[in-house]
Amino acid sequence: MITARGLVQTFHTKVGREKREVRAVDGVDLDVAEGEVVGFLGPNGAGKTTTLRMLTTLLRPDAGTATVAGYDVVKESEQVRRSIGYVSQAGGVFSSARAGEEVMDHGMLYGLSKRQVETRGHELFDQLQLDGLWERMPKNMSGGQKRRLDIAMGLIHDPTLVFLDEPTTGLDPQARANLWDHIARLRSERGATVFLTTHYLDEADALSDRIVIIDQGRIVASDTSDNLKAQVSGDLVTLEVGAAHVAVAAEKLASVAESVETSGSHVSGRVARAGRVVPGLLREIEHAGVTLESIEVHRPTLDDVFLTLTGRSLRDAESEKPGEPDAADPAATAAASEGVTA
Amino acid sequence: MSSFFHDCFIVFRRQIRMNLRNPAWVLIGILQPVLYLLLFGPLLKPIVSSFPGAADNEFTFLVPGLLVQLGMFGAFFAGFGLIAEWREGVVEAERVTPASRTALLVGRLMRDLVQLLVQALILIGLGLVMGMRGSVGGITFGVALTLLVGGACAAASNAVALTTKSEDVMAPLINMVMMPVLLLSGILLPMTLGPSWLQRISDFMPFRWIVDAVRGSFAGDFAGNSLLWGTAWALALFSAAVWWGTATFRKENA
Ligand SMILES: Nc1ncnc2c1ncn2[C@@H]1O[C@H](COP(=O)(O)OP(=O)(O)OP(=O)(O)O)[C@@H](O)[C@H]1O
Ligand SMILES: [Mg+2]
Repeated sequence: MITARGLVQTFHTKVGREKREVRAVDGVDLDVAEGEVVGFLGPNGAGKTTTLRMLTTLLRPDAGTATVAGYDVVKESEQVRRSIGYVSQAGGVFSSARAGEEVMDHGMLYGLSKRQVETRGHELFDQLQLDGLWERMPKNMSGGQKRRLDIAMGLIHDPTLVFLDEPTTGLDPQARANLWDHIARLRSERGATVFLTTHYLDEADALSDRIVIIDQGRIVASDTSDNLKAQVSGDLVTLEVGAAHVAVAAEKLASVAESVETSGSHVSGRVARAGRVVPGLLREIEHAGVTLESIEVHRPTLDDVFLTLTGRSLRDAESEKPGEPDAADPAATAAASEGVTA
Repeated sequence: MSSFFHDCFIVFRRQIRMNLRNPAWVLIGILQPVLYLLLFGPLLKPIVSSFPGAADNEFTFLVPGLLVQLGMFGAFFAGFGLIAEWREGVVEAERVTPASRTALLVGRLMRDLVQLLVQALILIGLGLVMGMRGSVGGITFGVALTLLVGGACAAASNAVALTTKSEDVMAPLINMVMMPVLLLSGILLPMTLGPSWLQRISDFMPFRWIVDAVRGSFAGDFAGNSLLWGTAWALALFSAAVWWGTATFRKENA
């Protein structure tokens, strides 16, 4: 569905008199199969939006080629546009127009009839929990409602290839879960291909078949979430024991784990394929007469993956951006760490 | 081709709908020439007979000039609305659809022309009530020239808007263009009153030819070559500006 080779985009900006070049996208290769849901992950300024704008024909690549839905993005841009739906990061509904009319007009620019866009528009408003907002102006909507309106507009013509640029920014956990459902149904019911960018690790994890990580304009990884996590040297195993037994527990753990650390009554270390190793470890510990208070096994997170790949933490790169779901969002933490507690 | 007109119509309908919901700007646009008519017209009354090739009364002289002024200045501001839309991502959302890029501009020009036509008819109606003379054919042709000028200015304004993407750059730019146009077009007083050096300069001002042409057309003077020049200029400006506007909508970077 999407093939890109060596995509490059350089922006020229002026800072006072001085001209600067920003190489926003620096040789990106991508392959997305039909029916695949791909999460495009990277910190602020990594080049996600710029890549999407090239794939959706809004920006002409400075170098490289891309075919989308079988058409060249430069030479056959009109066919590309006909084949895709795009929800931009900033949205595209005018704040003082009526929501329903904006969505209908957008659909009619794809050549749909008034009746078609009206029916489909109301359907989407229902599904995205925008009922009752058809006549409302976006400037009188909440941020999350406006975001869902952007999405309704991008999907009005039932595209089978959808580009979503940070679709869930500003959505509350329930609206987010609802949108995840919607995206999952796009694929299961309509066989749509979805290419979405996100900062949310849990989102990429939960929604995508495959995760593509971009950093400073270059793709640094592209694989399933599980395989990416396997690149990190093992799962994080944390043992909690009585103060008297810390040393013994650390010794036992060190026999199967790397980089063992002790903090208070907790001993932790990285264990490759913890699921197979832990039962034996438990027997060993019991044998040594140590009473285990608790054990936790965490699969590596995408943050660990990012750290391994780039030497920087994704969360650090993101920390200047407010409103990220962190430990505060229980759903996010559960999905991100896939923790098991015994 | 039919899809081109369909796209134009969708864009046009969306624009006109928003204008009708907020008609304040349309009214302010018409208020200015009406004030000129009411408050400046009387000043011309005692001197209009001394103008070379004198019109029969002050309104027959003034209304054609005000029409062109309305066409130029109303349309110059069309671009500000486009900047607001661009900032909210509307232009990008339209550009990602298969709609013809030309239609995105033409739909907006249609809105400006309809608005201009309504304003022109109000102005002419008022002029006729106050004593302006003119044949139906002459007035119709004059209005057609006005629409060409208005379309040219609106297209140029949209092009400047999408290129600068900033009201702060655009406002002084428009002022810079407007001053010489206003002074050298003979809208309020005929350039022929001035010294010959000033007349020579105004020969280089396309809008002066157009004002002369609209005036000639209203007066039923179809023989003079000012009509020919004015029409030629109006057509040339219109084609150039629409070409320029379309090019900016086409540009990958907009
Ligand atoms: N129009 C532009 N002019 C100049 N520089 C730009 C422009 N658009 C993007 N950039 C720069 O290109 C780089 C990549 O930007 P891009 O918007 O693609 O990042 P992103 O991955 O989408 O980030 P975010 O997560 O914040 O949305 C950034 O350094 C940005 O400052
Ligand atoms: Mg972005």
